[in-house]
Amino acid sequence: MSTPRSHLEVLPRSLQVLLAAALVVLVAFPFIGTDFYAQTIARMMILAIFAMSLDLLQGVTGLVSLGHAAFFGLAGYALAFLTPAGEPVSLWWTLPAAVAAAGLAALVIGFFVVRTHGIYFIMVTMAFAQMVFYLFFDNKVLGGSDGLYVNFKPAAVLFDLEDKRVFYYFTLAVMLLVYAFLRRLLWSPFGRALSGIRVNEHRMRAMGFTTFRYKLAAFTLAGALAGLAGYLWGAQTGFVNPELMGFQMSAHAIMMVILGGMGNFAGAIIGAFAFEYLLLWFKDLPAVGAVDLGKHWQLWMGLFIVILVTFAPRGLLGVIERLSRRKEARDE
Amino acid sequence: MNEVLLSAQRLTKRFGGLAAVNEVSVDLWLGHIHAVIGPNGAGKSTLTNLLSGDLAPTAGNILLGERDVTGWSPERISRAGLGRSYQKTNIFLPFTVWENVRLAAQSRAPHAARWLARADRFAATSERASRAIELAGLADRKNRIAGTISHGEQRQLEIAMSLATAPQVLLLDEPLAGMGTAEAERMVQLLLRIKPDHAIMLVEHDMDAVFALADHLTVMVNGQVIASGTPAQVRADANVQSAYLGEGVQ
Repeated sequence: MSTPRSHLEVLPRSLQVLLAAALVVLVAFPFIGTDFYAQTIARMMILAIFAMSLDLLQGVTGLVSLGHAAFFGLAGYALAFLTPAGEPVSLWWTLPAAVAAAGLAALVIGFFVVRTHGIYFIMVTMAFAQMVFYLFFDNKVLGGSDGLYVNFKPAAVLFDLEDKRVFYYFTLAVMLLVYAFLRRLLWSPFGRALSGIRVNEHRMRAMGFTTFRYKLAAFTLAGALAGLAGYLWGAQTGFVNPELMGFQMSAHAIMMVILGGMGNFAGAIIGAFAFEYLLLWFKDLPAVGAVDLGKHWQLWMGLFIVILVTFAPRGLLGVIERLSRRKEARDE
Repeated sequence: MNEVLLSAQRLTKRFGGLAAVNEVSVDLWLGHIHAVIGPNGAGKSTLTNLLSGDLAPTAGNILLGERDVTGWSPERISRAGLGRSYQKTNIFLPFTVWENVRLAAQSRAPHAARWLARADRFAATSERASRAIELAGLADRKNRIAGTISHGEQRQLEIAMSLATAPQVLLLDEPLAGMGTAEAERMVQLLLRIKPDHAIMLVEHDMDAVFALADHLTVMVNGQVIASGTPAQVRADANVQSAYLGEGVQ
């Protein structure tokens, strides 16, 4: 319908096949990989949900938020507050409650920030997120700088999330649901209007769209979905601290979306996996003489992303698409 | 006399000390084209922006139908039945021609904010978009990316997008700008086709087109109206001849 090339909104068959193959690997992984790696992948899937939620703003609507982690962290804290010290709490009401809390926070913050444009939007989202960060960082009641423990994983009655394998599949299912939901939303009247706002908000208003409401709805939904990821993060790690809503976390999400390729949600997933994988890989770099290469992983990550963005602005998904098109051209 | 669909009364817009538009009154009638002409900097585009809500007037009133829409936002004025096109092509370049117009049509639909249904499955919206594309003569360009069609076609697309919002009042800011003779002729035909159902304000420099199309003519110089009337009256006006039209139209 629109932007077939630049945003890969329509995923070419080659990419669909690749994603399906990746899904098979994800489904099989707990049986073929070690426990440690299964947990790492579960974490990647949680971050993929987070990155997809940001992509709704960044890639689809064209709103670059530097404060998206606030909503991720808030939902994690919500779980920590709702979980009593001595027993698990039911997933069935705490998950919706945490997501609603993140969504509500996004609605309130969004009411102010979506009125701003461009660089101001970036600054104001960052300012709000820093406010939330310091609210938790400076208040002992809210856990302070040390954070809070989540002593028990939420209980789900039907399945036991304490079982790592069950948790893994639960996370996978949530990630797939979020992906399916967002892909559908992308082609809905609402999603088309968001794309229109990214490309030319001025004309959207002249055509009668109250773009403020659309942007606020997108911001709220993105915040709620970030909360979904944050809840899972809190459940998996059993621990939340202010870093979760910090500036770095927000910046990492932006990098994930750019790394994978913006505006189609598949790129956000690939970006989250790639970012986490590279992070582990760079951290494992050996010491050369007196210099510990691994300790400076942020330097290598920064370099890698600069190079990628310079030569492949559509991210990894764009690279894969180009390679597969070249191969098709050769095969014919 | 036809029905007045838009009436601007003594509109003024000041930027600092400069009155870009100074006490300008304009009426737009259903089935009429009201051309606004004048040299560069006369305030024609500012007038258009005042009427569409892109700028708020310093003084004066705008009546759209029965309603006083002075100070309304562009989206609200658009929903009240006013469509506009832009002097500088203002479309969704990466989208297809179809999606440009469909999106415009969607703005009038109650489903505009639906989340889970496919956008192209709404018959009423698609029909309105198809009609607008047909009317603008772009049916064979439907699936092209808007950024890749010719300049003239992009101007037609501008009009199609305005039409898809089903306006009663249309403000067209230099629709013929930068067009070749054949393209301009096509645009004139298009404007004649849509004229009976709309009240149109046409800002245009192409005098051949203006005299071919306009039922009413307003001449602006330095933010002020120096003459207003039928083309014949304006042509005969001594002020206009010295200030603007010059020898060329005699």
